[in-house]
Amino acid sequence: MRAVNQPVRKKDAMQLLTGQPVYVNDLAPEGCLIVKLLRSPHANALIEEIQTDAAKKVPGIEAVFTWEDVPQDGPRFTLAGQTYPEPSPQDRLVLDRHVRFVGDPVAIVAGKDEKCVDRALRMIRVNYQVLEAVSDFRTAKDNPVLVHPEDNWEALCPVGADNKRNLCAHDECGEGDIEAVLADCDIVLDRTFHTKATQQTMMEPFGTFCSIDTYGRLHIVSSTQIVFHCRRIVAKALGIPKSQVRVEKPRVGGGFGAKQTAVMEIYPAFVTWKTKKPSKLIFSRKECMTASSPRHEMQMNVRLGAMKDGRIRAIDLYTLSNTGAYGEHGPTTVGLTGHKSIPLYGKAEAFRFVSDVVYTNRMSAGAYRGYGATQGLFAVETTVNELAEKLGMDAAVLRQQNIIKEGDVMPAYYGETNTSCALDRCIARVKEMIGWDEKYPARDMGNGKVRGVGIGLAMQGSGISGVDVGSAALKVNDEGFYTLRIGAADMGTGCDTILAQIAAEVLDCSVDDVTVFGADTDASPYDSGSYASSTTFVTGKAVEQAAIELREKICALGAQLLGCEPGQVVFDGENVICETDGRQVSRAEIATASQCGNTIALEAARTHSSPTSPPPFMAGAAEVEVDLETGEARVIQYAAAVDCGTPVNPNLARVQAEGGILQGIGMVLSENITYNTEGKVLENSLMQYKIPTRQDIGHIQVEFESSYENLGPFGAKSIGEVVINTPLPAVTAAIHNATGLWFNELPITPEQIVLGRMRQDESLMKE
Amino acid sequence: MQISLTLNGKKVQADIAPDMLLLDFVRAQGCMSTKRGCETSNCGLCTVFLDDRPVLSCSVLAARADGHSVTTLEGLQEEAREFGAFIADQGAEQCGFCNPGFVMNALALFRENPEPSEEEIREYLSGNLCRCSGYEGQLRGILNFLEWKKKGGAS
Repeated sequence: MRAVNQPVRKKDAMQLLTGQPVYVNDLAPEGCLIVKLLRSPHANALIEEIQTDAAKKVPGIEAVFTWEDVPQDGPRFTLAGQTYPEPSPQDRLVLDRHVRFVGDPVAIVAGKDEKCVDRALRMIRVNYQVLEAVSDFRTAKDNPVLVHPEDNWEALCPVGADNKRNLCAHDECGEGDIEAVLADCDIVLDRTFHTKATQQTMMEPFGTFCSIDTYGRLHIVSSTQIVFHCRRIVAKALGIPKSQVRVEKPRVGGGFGAKQTAVMEIYPAFVTWKTKKPSKLIFSRKECMTASSPRHEMQMNVRLGAMKDGRIRAIDLYTLSNTGAYGEHGPTTVGLTGHKSIPLYGKAEAFRFVSDVVYTNRMSAGAYRGYGATQGLFAVETTVNELAEKLGMDAAVLRQQNIIKEGDVMPAYYGETNTSCALDRCIARVKEMIGWDEKYPARDMGNGKVRGVGIGLAMQGSGISGVDVGSAALKVNDEGFYTLRIGAADMGTGCDTILAQIAAEVLDCSVDDVTVFGADTDASPYDSGSYASSTTFVTGKAVEQAAIELREKICALGAQLLGCEPGQVVFDGENVICETDGRQVSRAEIATASQCGNTIALEAARTHSSPTSPPPFMAGAAEVEVDLETGEARVIQYAAAVDCGTPVNPNLARVQAEGGILQGIGMVLSENITYNTEGKVLENSLMQYKIPTRQDIGHIQVEFESSYENLGPFGAKSIGEVVINTPLPAVTAAIHNATGLWFNELPITPEQIVLGRMRQDESLMKE
Repeated sequence: MQISLTLNGKKVQADIAPDMLLLDFVRAQGCMSTKRGCETSNCGLCTVFLDDRPVLSCSVLAARADGHSVTTLEGLQEEAREFGAFIADQGAEQCGFCNPGFVMNALALFRENPEPSEEEIREYLSGNLCRCSGYEGQLRGILNFLEWKKKGGAS
């Protein structure tokens, strides 16, 4: 292949590396209003009185808005960016008299510069009626304290939500007689796991600027993954027609799902719509850490039944998810904890998966790479690792015996068939890469340090089956270069380039011949947005189809110019050639002709949606060195083999994998969110919230074991999310193999390891 | 207060507030490559050169630059392109938001230590956070660049 499966440079790479001004805060108009938010210091409170007179008098202040400027009985909305009708309950107002977490916005202040806005923020006086808060998600369901007691709370989808029970969602599914099969198993492990509300921590903070355009419409430029959903959300929040809103994204400085929630667009939008003046809001890192859209905290109870020979027969999973104060992505993330972990073990005869998603007075959760699968796979894979130990089996061998194969039907994966799968090859490959047979389970290095190895498997989806929509519009321009218009959002992942590669492959041209435009609700064809691992698989297919259609149009105009029938010509990418006499007309000549006396539009637009979501698979193996004295655990090597189908751009796929793996390692070893008794996040800066630095990791090695997915463009599946999942179980197992300790709560800090070893010593002494 | 300094080789005079940060100053001067990623001097995104030494411009008052020379990536375009090409060949620029600070600090490293070991690279750049790449692709790019430099830098 000429363009696909080639490691071409990202189209924007050199612009980014030389520091060109391409992000929201670089592009915001000079002199626009600076917007900031006054935030609640209480986890649950009613605003009794709010005085803004003094704040409004601060020189330079343009406007101060409070709940009194927002109809409290109006329709509520959600900031989650998913396909309508949005499954997340409609539970927000732009400003609400009832504040529900420490950091919930209380007032919007806009002024000419930061100084006057900061001053005005200090001068707003608020009297709160402080209410008892729901702080523990384990006791939230049916708690007498309600996070959303209001009557205009609304669930548009039947997701089992009930605000009078603090329930954001509830679901149950299964197949086979789970209790009977478990009772018949030789061994049943019953384990509970807890994962925290970790932060995406993209380097670019949330940012948006707004202005009123030539036609009097609201023009929003935002660092977002979801331009179309954002338009819908803002229009509903402001109570204005969608026709009055245009949303555009420039370069996005990382998303990882954080920007699949419209975390902050509504605030400057509100200011600009009310004042008709341009405005911008850029979150501080502290706001990014305390009032954003982190991963859902979850508790998972796994019951895993197996026979002595290692046959896994039943998986029973109950997941409790903490959506925080608002329900963004609550009903949908929880499903992946089961639907993307249980199917790995295709030989099981029965499964049950029950879930509850509860409201608490905590920062609202949202979408984060892995989207529930990360948490579920940690629970299920760690239990499988423990099963291997209990049975005295090699954890990799146990996997090979039980995993899903190509052609298997996956009852826990919406009944879909596994149409492409190289998971067995992935396991074999990582074993070689890490030197599994020599290193498993652990080696004492003789210096107080022990090196353990551990393994974990993962799967994800490729878009949401029957829901996600990807579109592409392609046209021919002067001299024959192409423009590809998309609504998918390149957030650094390189989808602009990858989609251009797919177009170039079909059009037999160089990737440089395809320019890419995206994303803008006024100009892009509709696309759900860049999330759910959908872009390469779903939008990529739309690009392929649009390019095929455009080829036909090029041939039609070429044939007309050559004076022959369209059936008589071929297009080799440069020329349309008449097969009967060899005469030809070049792409450039056709482009020129298309602009003079022409009636054949050299443009094609296609929309694609897939009824199934072929999973990418992955095996990861970690070698972790544990210092038994200090408890420090360091990943010295991480090996991963990925089956993402055809990697459209092997370089970009590799970096996706390496980056995802390190995020996963951060989640196991250092990233934590804890609250004080008042409900305040303690890890509110990069000083306390520790994402890995380049000194915290040895080497990450990634190889591809590709299957070929017939439903994907040129055999491709997704890559973006599956890559974050394996480190959680693999590193946890490696630490176990080094120390003998099983951890079921993340992160596993040096302190936890030392405390665990002290407990080990105590129990040894008792014996 | 009045300050005068050299910004990317050009004399600049400005009337600034005494508490203005160098980061906000260079951005106000149009040097948008310099990014703010945190408020706690942890991310490295705002790295600039103050008299040819890398500093975090979020932690330096603009007033401190009075009479000194400040360089942002806008002033190092040729070097940035030369080195950046090796990162681009790995796809390790990704979202790009950390790139200017990372490139600035990498260039500072190469000036200080033209043949750094892998450990020295990790240590010198440990304050430059990146959430996309896992650092591995950046390391490959740096090592390839150093190899190319060693061979005389001929393309």
